[in-house]
Amino acid sequence: MNDEDHTIEKLTQIARELRILALKAITEAKSGHPGGSLSAADIVTTLFFHQMSHDPQNPHCPDRDRFVLSKGHGCPILYAALAKAGYFPESELLTTLRKVNSRIQGHPDHVRFPFMETSSGSLGQGLSIAQGMALAAQIDKKKYKIYCLLGDGEIQEGQIWETAMSAPKYHLDNLIAIIDANKGQIDGYTKDVMNLSPLKQKWEAFNWEVQEINGHNFSEILNAFNNTQKEQKKPHLIIANTIKGKGVSFMENNIEWHGTAPTPEQRDKAIQELTSEKYS
Amino acid sequence: MTEYVNINPKVQKASRASFGEALVSIGEKYPEVVVLDADLSVSTKSAGFSKKFPERFFQMGIAESNMIGTAAGLALSGKTPFLCSFGCFVVGRFETIRISIAYNQVNARIIGTHAGLGIGEDGYTQMALEDIALMRSLPGMGVLQPADAIETAKMIEYLAGHHKGPVYVRLTRQNLVTLFNQDYEFQYGKGVMLKEGKHIAILATGGTVYNSYLACEKLDKDGLSTSLINIHTLKPIDEDLILKLARSHKRIVTVEDHNIIGGLGSAVSEVLAEEGASIPLLRLGVQDIYGESGTAEDLYEKYGLSPQKIYESICTDHLQLT
Ligand SMILES: Cc1ncc(C[n+]2csc(CCOP(=O)(O)OP(=O)(O)O)c2C)c(N)n1
Ligand SMILES: [Mg+2]
Repeated sequence: MNDEDHTIEKLTQIARELRILALKAITEAKSGHPGGSLSAADIVTTLFFHQMSHDPQNPHCPDRDRFVLSKGHGCPILYAALAKAGYFPESELLTTLRKVNSRIQGHPDHVRFPFMETSSGSLGQGLSIAQGMALAAQIDKKKYKIYCLLGDGEIQEGQIWETAMSAPKYHLDNLIAIIDANKGQIDGYTKDVMNLSPLKQKWEAFNWEVQEINGHNFSEILNAFNNTQKEQKKPHLIIANTIKGKGVSFMENNIEWHGTAPTPEQRDKAIQELTSEKYS
Repeated sequence: MTEYVNINPKVQKASRASFGEALVSIGEKYPEVVVLDADLSVSTKSAGFSKKFPERFFQMGIAESNMIGTAAGLALSGKTPFLCSFGCFVVGRFETIRISIAYNQVNARIIGTHAGLGIGEDGYTQMALEDIALMRSLPGMGVLQPADAIETAKMIEYLAGHHKGPVYVRLTRQNLVTLFNQDYEFQYGKGVMLKEGKHIAILATGGTVYNSYLACEKLDKDGLSTSLINIHTLKPIDEDLILKLARSHKRIVTVEDHNIIGGLGSAVSEVLAEEGASIPLLRLGVQDIYGESGTAEDLYEKYGLSPQKIYESICTDHLQLT
């Protein structure tokens, strides 16, 4: 096995654990968003367990890479990554998500839970905030990167396209946006609700450095992030083609699972699938 | 009790669900009604209309500002648009509403659902707690919030066929107990007497009306006779009724699932203060803090809007005043 194979084996295992953790937490909370948590699992895993420079022992280190979850409803997978990385106890995630007086809110809350780089949950705002962080890094001559995860429905918001316009103006090559292109939103498939294709050409026309990958193939994910590390004087966009509900057969590509919690029986069935040999 | 009141906890429905049904029936009756939604038609319940009248339904995607502007254009061309999203997201595009809809004084009906703490687990980002305040500040904007299914249906029928000018309607995610029977008539701008008493007048709106009713029952048992008024029109507020209540009662209480700044409590205090009415006012609601995740029940308990907490706050207030 070469190094990359080792990395991929490690990441595959962690992504599996994060999926299970997120589903357990959503089930216990009796509400939440499984579909968009599972589709983002492999990207989030790669960022927190390979790509980003960050330290749970020194969480507010000024030089850390930033992760902005613009599609805030996907937070169960982010919470799972942070718990697994050691930022806070898994037990807290499993018992307090979405409950009264918890810091593990239904959508990220920066004040209650400062490991969230920003509050989010109203779609369309995160990319501007990430841009602000990227500008600050530029002013301070810091090397850290800002990774911003967007939904493919979320990018229908006009504010996204305002940042699409402004980030190239400031040559923000420290800004790396990722679209979780899982093809679904709430009222249906993204192509039917408000079609944005051809997506790659649109962002290229706005002067972004665009890559399109399979968001469940770790080799492609690693390679794409690797490509963003060179100075190119342009902001980066990765269109990650993903499957909403990825990893759980009865959730995959099923819009119903956008914002519905599994029952304990469904959770167990999901965990069974995620731990079986077939999962990859 | 008045003849149109029929409180029945066994029959409950979310006002967004009643709204969805009402939309379909006004769609039949009024061809100029059009509906827009921003990827929440399943939740706002505009989906029923979209299936029945696909040619008069516009799915705008997650793009609320564009929905607001488009609705204004439709209204400027003779249509009656109902534009729907969660209250926080549609009112969040305040400046677009301000110019495209309000300043133009068009017949747009802005529908904001999942209002207040009642949305529950999704937490503050999806929770409209300032929407009444913002919409009340726009000249000519009506601000409405129904308290049960029958009131919602009659309100929507009124807005489809009989009202001129822009209106914001605030609806709940959670089920609401039936308060009225079919004799109920919706009158824009008028408070609705649910029960009459002598000492304390409670003015409530939307999801808090039934909880206030339960609190009233306890207060009455303690010998504190209460009146309960449902304020479905937050703007224009029923000034005459408020002043009448101020003359006939010893104190006034407002109850709302909204920040006490800018909502029902503010509207009532403005009326009382301008008239120089010297009556103590207790404003129950979200006390100028951000909401959070939790079940709607847990949040109503924590933020003082459960029947027991409303009762306790009024008792404490009463003891301090006497
Ligand atoms: C401004 C705003 N409008 C509407 C919503 C309600 N909402 C929550 S998730 C969602 C669909 C998101 O779809 P997408 O961005 O594709 O996310 P994913 O498929 O990754 O879950 C909508 C409309 C919101 N959170 N914010
Ligand atoms: Mg999507």
